[in-house]
Amino acid sequence: MLDVRKDFPMLKQDLIYFDNAATTLKPQCVIDAMSDYYENYSANAHRGDYDISYKVDIAVSNAREKIKKLINARFNEEIIFTSGATEALNDIVNGFFKNILDSQDEVLITQSEHASNILPWFKLSALNKCQIRNIELDKDYKVTINNVIKAITPNTKVISLAHITNVIGDIRPIKEICKIAHEKNIFVIVDASQSIPHMKVDVLDLDVDFLVFAAHKMCGPTGLGILYGKKELLEHLEPINLGGGMNESFDSPMEIKLKSLPYRLEAGTQNIAGIIGLSKAIDYLLNIGFENINKYEKELRDYLIEKMSKLNHIDIINYNSDSGIIAFNIKGVFSQDVAYYLNKYNVCVRAGNHCAKILKQAIGDTNSVRISLYFYNTKKEIDDVIELLADLDKIRKEMI
Amino acid sequence: MNSELNREIILENATNPVNREIVLDPSYIKVNSNNESCIDNIDLYIKFKDNKIEDLKFYGEACAISTASTSIMTKLLVNKTLEEVNIICDKFNDLVNHNENDFSCLDEAIAFSEIYKQSNRRHCALLPWIGIKKAIEEYINRIP
Repeated sequence: MLDVRKDFPMLKQDLIYFDNAATTLKPQCVIDAMSDYYENYSANAHRGDYDISYKVDIAVSNAREKIKKLINARFNEEIIFTSGATEALNDIVNGFFKNILDSQDEVLITQSEHASNILPWFKLSALNKCQIRNIELDKDYKVTINNVIKAITPNTKVISLAHITNVIGDIRPIKEICKIAHEKNIFVIVDASQSIPHMKVDVLDLDVDFLVFAAHKMCGPTGLGILYGKKELLEHLEPINLGGGMNESFDSPMEIKLKSLPYRLEAGTQNIAGIIGLSKAIDYLLNIGFENINKYEKELRDYLIEKMSKLNHIDIINYNSDSGIIAFNIKGVFSQDVAYYLNKYNVCVRAGNHCAKILKQAIGDTNSVRISLYFYNTKKEIDDVIELLADLDKIRKEMI
Repeated sequence: MNSELNREIILENATNPVNREIVLDPSYIKVNSNNESCIDNIDLYIKFKDNKIEDLKFYGEACAISTASTSIMTKLLVNKTLEEVNIICDKFNDLVNHNENDFSCLDEAIAFSEIYKQSNRRHCALLPWIGIKKAIEEYINRIP
């Protein structure tokens, strides 16, 4: 067990938090860093005429540098702050691909993608700007290289996938996918929201064209996401939002000059407190070490699967999950009733389709209960939850 | 009615709901009722005749509270006039939100008298009742 629970104020409560794929808890140091900004140097960026604004500029610039190093990007200009992974994906689809795709071009996704990686493409397709095709999932609902190769046609222009899916928890072979895709001039977009909090992600090694992630799923604040793109591609990404901070000059509609990267894609005042919070969250995670986080989470996951698979009334949907995401159903009990039952014992789990509404076409089950673990969870918490789930009569009696 | 009896009524209707079937007969009005905040998703099939509900069925995927509430509602509203249905729906809404009213006409539905204590489940109980109001609106709009 990692010695981290004392760092999280939320864990002082009588609470078992098993919904980390939705959002993660925040360590005190992240909360303090954000409060410090609001209490001691609460100025806007790019107003360097006075000291505290300059301090903000430095904090934002340091955060960008830190994120660049975290994902091993080449340039600071490749790191764009957004309001979340969702906005980042929408920016990529509407600011880049909308301008270069046409009606016969194919975008490959899967049935287990999150809504944020489906709906922008659906909308583009409805405008007759692309065709959407699914990469077939294997029997464990995973993406295999063979199925990617099978799905590619001469019209394929984009492959857009989550690195780790938020229901099945499988890790996609992104590096191999990029290699095959790039041989055929296909762009690869990766939503790393479920991977970056748990493992080292290296954009150069993977060779992804675009990558997005959310701060709040990695101990950082809500309302902040990161858009990474290869610089030569970002140069062609048209800003969706225009306004302050991103223009150099404007005299008339035909004479708008935009700033260079990254600023031209960051219109308006940025989420400064959020950026400072994320910067501290990255320090915190690096201090624990992604290897340690990953190893411990695997241990927890194996422990949970081992215990859960002994309960005959539980169907585990992703028995061979690669991550700390475990989806299951209790025979004869609606998933939401299981979540309500656990809530009575202060256990937080998610029930539903987890924003992956077309996944039901693949797995048959419309809904499921999802446990998603993080490094501050413990085997004792798993034991407590297993004990609650072991008694089917108790669940049925107490589900209302 | 005591809490234990309420629970038994809800559990019985959740486990063995009545009037649960898909209706293909086009003389029924079909309305869907779903919760934006959760995954309950119910289709109601209503046959109106002479300003009355002549028959009422439902099908869908929903939690125990929604399923029980729908099952009980289907029993309660058959053969009621639209005016009566509206009054019963309003009273049920008051029951779930813990507002004072005379609930004697709610029959078995009074089993939800304590659901207000679980604020996150009120919407589950109300789901089919919102659907029936939608259906009445549709029926009235269809009258030439």
